[in-house]
Amino acid sequence: MDKKRREFLKIAGISTLAGLGAPAVVDRLVSGSSPLAARAAREVSGHGESAGHKAPASGHGAEKPAKTGKRYGMLIDLPKFYDNPALAEKCIKACHHAHNVPNFPDKKDEIKWIWLTGYENAFPTHSHDYRSEDVGNNEVLVLCNHCDNPPCVRACPTKATFKDKDGIVAMDYHRCIGCRFCMAACPYGSRSFNWRDPRAGLDMKNINREFPTRMRGVVEKCNFCADRLGRGDMPACVEALGYSKAMIFGDLNDPNSEIRQVLKKKQTIQRKPSLGTHPSVFYII
Amino acid sequence: MFEKALKGNNYYWIWLAFLGTFMAIGAICYLRQYMYGLGLTGMSRSVSWGLYISNFTFLVGVAAGGVMLVLPYYVHNYKAFGRITILGEFLAIAALTMCLMFIIADLGQPTRALNVLLHPTPNSMLFWDMIVLNGYLFLNILCGWVILTAERKQVKPPKWIYIFVYISIPFAISIHTVTAMLYCGLPGRHFWLSAIIAPRFLASAFAAGPALIVLVSLILKRVANFDAGKEAIDKMVTIILYAALINAFFVMLEFFVGFYSNIPGHMHTLQYLFAGLEHGGHVYNNLVPFMWGFVVLCLAGFVLLAVPYTRRNDLWLAIGCAAIFIGLWLDKGIGFVLGGFVPTPLEEIVEYYPTLNEIMITIAVWCTGFFILTILYKIAVSVEHEIEA
Repeated sequence: MDKKRREFLKIAGISTLAGLGAPAVVDRLVSGSSPLAARAAREVSGHGESAGHKAPASGHGAEKPAKTGKRYGMLIDLPKFYDNPALAEKCIKACHHAHNVPNFPDKKDEIKWIWLTGYENAFPTHSHDYRSEDVGNNEVLVLCNHCDNPPCVRACPTKATFKDKDGIVAMDYHRCIGCRFCMAACPYGSRSFNWRDPRAGLDMKNINREFPTRMRGVVEKCNFCADRLGRGDMPACVEALGYSKAMIFGDLNDPNSEIRQVLKKKQTIQRKPSLGTHPSVFYII
Repeated sequence: MFEKALKGNNYYWIWLAFLGTFMAIGAICYLRQYMYGLGLTGMSRSVSWGLYISNFTFLVGVAAGGVMLVLPYYVHNYKAFGRITILGEFLAIAALTMCLMFIIADLGQPTRALNVLLHPTPNSMLFWDMIVLNGYLFLNILCGWVILTAERKQVKPPKWIYIFVYISIPFAISIHTVTAMLYCGLPGRHFWLSAIIAPRFLASAFAAGPALIVLVSLILKRVANFDAGKEAIDKMVTIILYAALINAFFVMLEFFVGFYSNIPGHMHTLQYLFAGLEHGGHVYNNLVPFMWGFVVLCLAGFVLLAVPYTRRNDLWLAIGCAAIFIGLWLDKGIGFVLGGFVPTPLEEIVEYYPTLNEIMITIAVWCTGFFILTILYKIAVSVEHEIEA
């Protein structure tokens, strides 16, 4: 008799646990992060907004449109930078001033949000031995790609880095524990760490009072100027370029946005698209 | 039982004082790092993990290696391991303490470490690593202590403890699997992006952990009159040999995949580690001596452990185990983690040179681990002596 009761309790206990656990697992699987599943879900629900944008199997574009809100993206028109090399410097200066990015001469302490690098450094998978002169002689602006499927967000153990409702990969400097897992996870080398007090590398009389300086021991990177967007301004780098249109910033989920119009007309490339991160930064080369 | 650690001969106290000195120096170095930031280390934007995380990775393996004693004894009832199983469990405690200290030393904001618990994030492998490491630490403290207490009273351990002993076996596997997953799930890091990393980690762990236990057993035989038993040592040497060979096999498979496929990303780090990588007219090769050290030490270890004459000689056996242990430390504790950052995601090469401050902290953590290990082993050995008396 006793034995039977024990058996019953055992089975009841296990099934309760399974009952409690299963929905969570199923939910997670159904909401799936795989683009294929997301696309299937979109087709079933017959979303109209993707009508104008035929997403290829991999590569460009929003595979998984946000249910609400926007997905900000950037288009960088490299030939315009080749024509006027001063433009890139302007961008970098504006960005680093707007966000109080410190300047340390020692490369070991270096922090950067947007910078210039060689074409083969930025696009190793698009490189070959016979580059055009333009590409060979010039450098490329790189910054955080604000991936639609960001590996850094997956790696962060505290949700200190997260994708916000507008598709921006953002940082909470007050939650970051400085484990630097996100730096190992980012395939673009977009993240910097405050190895020392960043104020030591800033001209404190000439800082932007509208944006906080960071404390040492946290990771930082480009935030697509989420703070400025909130005030209705364009990102600092875009604003610094004036009317040159060398950088176009906008909502990738809005088929009528300027960036989508240009993407429709011009062939663009992304950095390391084969990794499935779905970068939101596009380049005309 | 702690009173057992308070009685010892002069050598015991001199050894503890020796370790204590380095611990004190390391504490001061850590204070300096705490005040200034991780800029006092050699790490940079490009090589963002250094000695701390690489040693952490290796020591997770040492902790997991103890299961090579626990499993045969408790699952297969292999009696010869009866006397030394406790050494495996106590080694896990010391190794895991070192792991946790290395993690804290590596954090930019150590006072926020609890954010991992306050904001649990199941999609992060670091979250799971924290759970399994602390879980395994708890299991080993519990099992080791309860079983040793029972042994001291010369009664059978309570039945309930076996539940925890059996749980600890998959936990041992999981700590190193999850630690491998910290690396092998990252896109864009070709050297780490290999499904063979977890098994390779386990193979080297099952060689390095037992190698240290054999080494310590041989020392205990001389200094503490504690004999692990011929059969137990011999069986462990066999385990070490096979595990180290499997690790070598896995390393060679990485070479095959990289060089036969001829995909640059899969070859670069191997070239950097074993030959040096040319970039912009400069050859970068600061890890090459370490990697060849790994190869030579492991080959020497294989020979010493496999040849019957050297295997049965305590001195040669000790040298062989030390060679395997140090060789695997070079492989995993230096090459694997540091090499993975070369080249950077932007196809540049930045080399890492640890600073003196960083090295002293690293040494201090190791000394703390050996301090804990000494005390725990002193207790275990004293209990054995008490029973025999």
